Amino acid sequence: MNKSLKKLLKKIIFAAMLFLAGFLPLPQIWQLLLFIASYLLVGSGIILKALRNFFKGQIFDENFLMTLATFGAFALGEYSEAVAVMLFFQIGEFFQSYAVNQSRKSIAALMDIRPDYANVRRGKKVVTVSPEEVKIGEAIVIRPGERIPLDGTVIKGASTLDTAALTGESLPRDVAAGDEVLSGCINLTGVLEVKTAKEFAASTVSQILDLVENASSQKAGIENFITRFARFYTPAVVIIAALLAFVPPLALGTFDFRDWGYRAITFLVISCPCALVISIPLSFFGGLGAASRCGILIKGSNYLEALAKAHTVVFDKTGTLTKGLFKVSKICPENISKAELLRLAAHIEALSKHPIALSIREAYGQEPDMTVISSVKELPGKGISAVIGADNVAAGNLKFIQSLGIAAKENHTAGTAVYFAVNQKYAGCIIIEDEIREDAAAAVSALKTEGVSQTVMLTGDRNDIGKKIASAAGIDKYFANLLPAGKVQKIEELLKQSADFGKVIFVGDGINDAPVLARSDIGIAMGGIGSDAAIEAADIVIMTDEPSKIPSAIRIARKTLRIAKENIIFALGVKFLVLGLGAAGYASIWAAVFADVGVSVIAILNAARALRLNKSC
Amino acid sequence: MKKTYKLENLDCANCAAKIENAIKETEGVVNASVSFMTQKLTIETEADIDEIMAKIKKIIHAVEPDCEIIF
Repeated sequence: MNKSLKKLLKKIIFAAMLFLAGFLPLPQIWQLLLFIASYLLVGSGIILKALRNFFKGQIFDENFLMTLATFGAFALGEYSEAVAVMLFFQIGEFFQSYAVNQSRKSIAALMDIRPDYANVRRGKKVVTVSPEEVKIGEAIVIRPGERIPLDGTVIKGASTLDTAALTGESLPRDVAAGDEVLSGCINLTGVLEVKTAKEFAASTVSQILDLVENASSQKAGIENFITRFARFYTPAVVIIAALLAFVPPLALGTFDFRDWGYRAITFLVISCPCALVISIPLSFFGGLGAASRCGILIKGSNYLEALAKAHTVVFDKTGTLTKGLFKVSKICPENISKAELLRLAAHIEALSKHPIALSIREAYGQEPDMTVISSVKELPGKGISAVIGADNVAAGNLKFIQSLGIAAKENHTAGTAVYFAVNQKYAGCIIIEDEIREDAAAAVSALKTEGVSQTVMLTGDRNDIGKKIASAAGIDKYFANLLPAGKVQKIEELLKQSADFGKVIFVGDGINDAPVLARSDIGIAMGGIGSDAAIEAADIVIMTDEPSKIPSAIRIARKTLRIAKENIIFALGVKFLVLGLGAAGYASIWAAVFADVGVSVIAILNAARALRLNKSC
Repeated sequence: MKKTYKLENLDCANCAAKIENAIKETEGVVNASVSFMTQKLTIETEADIDEIMAKIKKIIHAVEPDCEIIF
């Protein structure tokens, strides 16, 4: 609790004691004095604010309206009511500030992953500098207990890392020389020396912080609705209150200003839309926070809202439903030795970041000699050609090699086949296999439980591979043999088909599918941490590589939306009810006070549940 | 031009809503959003933000006199 809140609490407690003392069997003048003392103690700040804002033209300021209502109550001789209005208004304010501070704090703690310093090896010394000052390629030393400041590769040492802050994964990860490490993780056991691969601004930790800090500027439709609603609610209630005070007594000719004035005051007491304007953003803020605690980073409340309306979930195959960890399973050379084919393959794929290229280089086992590679031409989704030493080499899918006028034979071994041609002659193929993720099938069936109507898989792979993975994961529909442009086209078709039913989500690994991520209603990049393009293009980034986080994200979104809607219906329902009863003369000022503050408190408590939604992932 | 500012001492959610509504209606502003939870103001303008900064400050002060915009 901060200073000003503590001060407010003290004021409230003291004023409440004075207020209660006012009900003791004392002479009436003493009772009145106690009430006035209590009123001034708790309300003077509000009266001052009201005056200040009134003269700045803010007529529908809640401080002003509360002041007006309490002055009115005093004028009518309803002393205890006047004090109660002010006292409970402040209790409501206190409670709001407290709840807001708590949830801000819990999110801030979650985002407390910014590394403060980096230990850089410069010459023979290790110096401590701020992470921004470390350049790419420098060696940094991370001792046990320290946070990794920049992304890089381990060059010395072995340790275990706590990645929970990034991935929500509680199991520590072992790393040794050669492994990539991400900034934001905590080094637990051994001393590590890491060669930095990125500057601080491009490192994972900065990107996550940027993303989360900017998340709430994109508001959900329901939030905007409440903001617009708030704008009309207060003036409308105040105008009705004014009419209520003067029109009926004059029109009826009873001139009973006391009775109608009392009714008008009940209106003023409920004129603040506070419960709504605070609890809706609080719910979304909590939902976004809960999601990030599960390792799901959502770029804005609007995406949370869209997630809740998920109708079709489209998966990319490679790296999303499958591990994307390819292994060379077979080498079938033609007119060339096995070792030579592998050597040429590793060289032609030397610059590619595609997982297939990585697996070929891994099978080769040596660093490719970059000096012999020239004139590299890459056709995304098709293949690549280059000059390696004295040889013209081409690699790619069957269609690509055949399109070069080379008689390549189709290989029917299960897996992805990369075909090769050397100097315009067919040179055989390399078979690469990928495994389905353990939780892929569970994730797909959980999506169905969450009410997703359709699951689709897109792949650039051959039909037989697509079919195998799709049926193993339990996917409804799959489309194979798609080029990147074909994937965009398919997404557009799916968008058209589901337009009347709900949103289309695309889940990819962020490599090669940025256009599809951008085109779909919601683009989710999985395992996207470390890939700048994915973080840029996606609306939601899942930090682990578990597809099962997608149903979790939808569950959190649905529950958040539900909480927000509950609050709207409850708050508006109670307010309109009391307004109605107040106008009819059945609701006392007391009822209005409890309706106003009580609704705020209940709505805030309800909204705070959103913060704990991470339990459902 | 899109920019985000921190708002200090933004104490009430309804004020945040009022500030947002008023800034949205300011000439030259394409879109604006005030997040009460993160205490941030995001403004998108046609021209340079600095030109209308005085107006924006005035709006904020009228609604919440203690609220300061931080650069």
